[in-house]
Amino acid sequence: MSELFGMLASGTNPGFVLLVAGVMAALIRPTALRGVVLIGAPVLALLMVLYGPGWGVDAARTDLLGLQLSLYRIDSLSFVFGLAFVVATGLIGIYSLHRREPLEDGAALIYAGAGLAAVFSGDLLSFVLWMELTTLASTAILLSRRTAAANRAALRYFAMHMISGLLLICGVAVIAMDRGTIEFVQLGPMRDGLLVGILDPSEPGGALFLAGLGIKAAFPIVHAWLKDAYPEASETGSVALSVFTTKLAVYALVRCFAGFEPLIWVGAIMTVFPVFFAVVENDLRRVLAYSLNNQVGFMVAAVGVGGELGVNGAALHAFTHIIYKSLLFMSMGAVLLRTGTTKASELGGLHRTMPFTSIFCLIGAASISAFPLFSGFVSKSLIMTSVEYAPGVYIAWLGMMFASAGVLEHSGIKIPYFSFFSHDSGKRPEEAPFNMLLAMGAASAFCIGIGVAPVWLYELAPYREAALEYLGVDLFSAKHVLHQVQLLGFAIFAFLLLKRMHLYPPERPGVILDADWLCRDLGPASWRGIGSFWERASARRARVSEAVDRWRDWLVSQCGPSGWIARRASVSAGAIWTVIILGATLAVIYGAVR
Amino acid sequence: MIGLEFLNIAPQRFAEQAPALVVVGPLIAACAAVLAPGRRWAWFLCVGASAFAFWMAVVLASEVARQGVISYAMGGFPAPLGIEFRVDALSAMFALLISGMAVLTAVFSGESLETEIMSSKHPLMQGGFLTCLAGLLGLVLTGDAFNAFVFLEISSIGVYAMIAMGGARDRRAYPAAFNYLIMGTIGATFYLIGVGFLYAATGTLNMADIAARIPTLTSDRSIEVGLAFILIGLALKAAVFPLHQWLPAAYSHAPSMIVVFLSATATKASVYLIIRYLSTVFAFDWQVETAFMAFVLAPLSVAGILICSMQAAVDPEIRRILAYSSVAQVGYMTLAIATATSAGVSAALFHLFNHGVMKAALFMAIGGAAIHLKSQRLSDFAGAAKSAPWTMTAFGIAALSLLGAPLTAGFLSKLRLIQSLVAADWGWAAAVIGLSSLIGVFYVGRIFEVVFFRSEPEGGSAVREAPVSILLPLWLLAIANIWFGIDATIPLGLAESAAGAVMGATTLSPAGAP
Repeated sequence: MSELFGMLASGTNPGFVLLVAGVMAALIRPTALRGVVLIGAPVLALLMVLYGPGWGVDAARTDLLGLQLSLYRIDSLSFVFGLAFVVATGLIGIYSLHRREPLEDGAALIYAGAGLAAVFSGDLLSFVLWMELTTLASTAILLSRRTAAANRAALRYFAMHMISGLLLICGVAVIAMDRGTIEFVQLGPMRDGLLVGILDPSEPGGALFLAGLGIKAAFPIVHAWLKDAYPEASETGSVALSVFTTKLAVYALVRCFAGFEPLIWVGAIMTVFPVFFAVVENDLRRVLAYSLNNQVGFMVAAVGVGGELGVNGAALHAFTHIIYKSLLFMSMGAVLLRTGTTKASELGGLHRTMPFTSIFCLIGAASISAFPLFSGFVSKSLIMTSVEYAPGVYIAWLGMMFASAGVLEHSGIKIPYFSFFSHDSGKRPEEAPFNMLLAMGAASAFCIGIGVAPVWLYELAPYREAALEYLGVDLFSAKHVLHQVQLLGFAIFAFLLLKRMHLYPPERPGVILDADWLCRDLGPASWRGIGSFWERASARRARVSEAVDRWRDWLVSQCGPSGWIARRASVSAGAIWTVIILGATLAVIYGAVR
Repeated sequence: MIGLEFLNIAPQRFAEQAPALVVVGPLIAACAAVLAPGRRWAWFLCVGASAFAFWMAVVLASEVARQGVISYAMGGFPAPLGIEFRVDALSAMFALLISGMAVLTAVFSGESLETEIMSSKHPLMQGGFLTCLAGLLGLVLTGDAFNAFVFLEISSIGVYAMIAMGGARDRRAYPAAFNYLIMGTIGATFYLIGVGFLYAATGTLNMADIAARIPTLTSDRSIEVGLAFILIGLALKAAVFPLHQWLPAAYSHAPSMIVVFLSATATKASVYLIIRYLSTVFAFDWQVETAFMAFVLAPLSVAGILICSMQAAVDPEIRRILAYSSVAQVGYMTLAIATATSAGVSAALFHLFNHGVMKAALFMAIGGAAIHLKSQRLSDFAGAAKSAPWTMTAFGIAALSLLGAPLTAGFLSKLRLIQSLVAADWGWAAAVIGLSSLIGVFYVGRIFEVVFFRSEPEGGSAVREAPVSILLPLWLLAIANIWFGIDATIPLGLAESAAGAVMGATTLSPAGAP
């Protein structure tokens, strides 16, 4: 038995286990049996990750259209991401035990499996292939909410990710042409013993690849899909969505572009601008989507710094982020399940009947806000230190400091405050089901455990020695802790002050349009200054959709069955076209042999 | 080469006659099917004759793999006076694809015809199908320019009649058949005129002979005019934009059986002839030809890819969506051929094979649904996945393949197409394919949303599960879509050896780049 497992573990990408389990979960009707699959598969995958082949070994190779693919390759970087994915998959499995949705459970497992397989790929093409599968699976997750809004969001999400997938594929094709290889090992030299920063973004292939990853990581301006789609998924679906796509992009950014300096600025902008939207947004799950965007910004900035500290920061922050962000999404999912809404204007005072959920949510909030002794502090400190000592990016560092305070404002305070405390909405929902509490409790244990004993997280770091050195000297130094406590203290003070003076943006229903407005209404857009974002924008939304409708009607009138083109498809037109093309051909041919 | 060599168990004397038998078998069976006493008999004959043709095609393919080009003198009269069947890897690939699809279509036809055609007309339908099969097989095997015209007409006549037989169920089939008759005749006539020009200039009808004599002629305009007529005529039969206008109507109103077969083979046989003329009869590096490909074929392909994808994106009828997408896919193939590189032709052939596999599956699933659902409107398929999970899952797999999702055949062929275009320095053309894939997301996404995620109408969906005799070939194709997406040895091997046979394996000169 153990030999069999050894064979399985040494040559099989653990993602495949989850993929197979996903297909099974989609087909199995009895809930209990499906529960076994939902929890058993991640456990098996975890064992395979832990007892897999040695680091830096190509454990499974194959050949596709003459290109050498490496299907299974672990090193210290992919190990951190893979471990986080497996843990999150297990948590999602527990969290969704109460449900009766085989299709969605299956899609979530396939999504996780594809993500895991992508992280453990040893070449660009198989990475991109698995990435495409995550697109399909995550779209299926959105569609299985089965509401009209979710379906529309799913199609927008799908289109955006197909564009990104196309950019990635084209990037890989160009790289394969230019360099003759797509394997990580052959593309770039090791940096300090790790394969990071292997692509050159100034080459056309690298640029295409970076553009594709930029969409996946929700860089500014192309970030709209994230806040558009994630809040539309079901209570379990949004947990699954929050884990994989953006973190896969971060992983690939580290692998391919670590040390590419402009990313520091991109990351800094990413951390700052969602703060404003998150503070005024009413849907709390959308607030979480904005704060996800902002957290990924910290990672992207760390990727831009590169070096041992930056790579460690990006990878470890991804690890802790996956856990506390899914914890927050889980707590909001529980609220959604029990009350049917996550609108701040309709919630409040839920702590009376949902005490455990409230506590878990507070733990997640403390972690994302990077309170000392919670997991966010442990990993974000690495990033802040790395950016602080990077030359010439002081303003970016200041921006990220501001954003840190902003995170506390919208995720640390707003989320728990408006849902569980604040003014009493009169709702008295039941406490969340036991399996949900279990999943949230486990995630909370991770958050606190990492925060209290960071050493075992730092043991996992891609550059282990550098991480442990940082832990010994820097992490809990007086300067660092004081700094953070001051920042958080003043942010809380600001919140209280604003609340007291009734200046804090009130929770109000409405739609906030940001860059999706750019994509949808580019032509006749009338820019009325940043202030217009703050207005309730329903009217504009209506105008936008009118414009979209007009455009679609026009398209149908041209291309549809009774449209301009089809009306010209009679027999006589066909005959005339034949003659025209013949004439054109003869003209071209005569021209060629003049 | 293809893993089916074990079927090559025919006695030597029998195998020697394979080039003739592969055509004669279905032709004789066609006559027998028309005279068959009942519809069961006709069906058995149809399946049997198709299977026989497939077997002979496998024999041919393995012989070609063993000894290179096979030359067969029809009736013992040697070329160039007699008619020569000349089988190389390219012909063998098409013979395999056509006869293989014919077997699946024949199996499918039993239950499908049951609901769509009056039972007294089944023998006629099967006869027409076998005639068409014989014509297409002859078309790809013959080495004689005029003989190719004859086979082109034989196959087309069968098709015209069969499309018209859809009229009992959908009256729009009559004008569709008539339009196709007119357009198809124009195409065939153009081809014949072109052959006439070549004959006038060279004094021979044998393709190899024509190819040998052309270089000896000094600047003869009639060769160039002949080339133009032949290629335009074939482009019409291959449904190259804007000469495709017969296709959408024909595909959306004909009986399911013939649409399955046509979508996988008929336009492809014309693509075969285009490749044959461009590569074997004329020379790819001839400046007339490079001009034609760069300034006529490539722009038309691009226009077809984009416009027809848009039309597919907004059309309300499911079969017409697929038909428009077929025209766009033919554009992919001609675009890759227009690069005039061995990699381009090989990518085109690879895509052609995979597209046959996916489109046949799609139309077969729609045909299975049509047993219970008269309508073809996309909106009537709402919630079909609930009431017909097996049929629609296979449909979904093929649709993903059409979209080019990873782990499906469609993905690999699109990747191959993009690679070959980039290698020929046609980055803009790769971008066109990318753009059209994005539009593809919309039409495939639309179908997906309706079939899998929309709730059933009041009183349940009208779609029911297809019978086993349809599910069997359907799932075979669906599994092939996944299989060839993971292990592309068979289609890629066929495509590369076919391209190698006509292009020479190493010619990667970027001729014809604008």
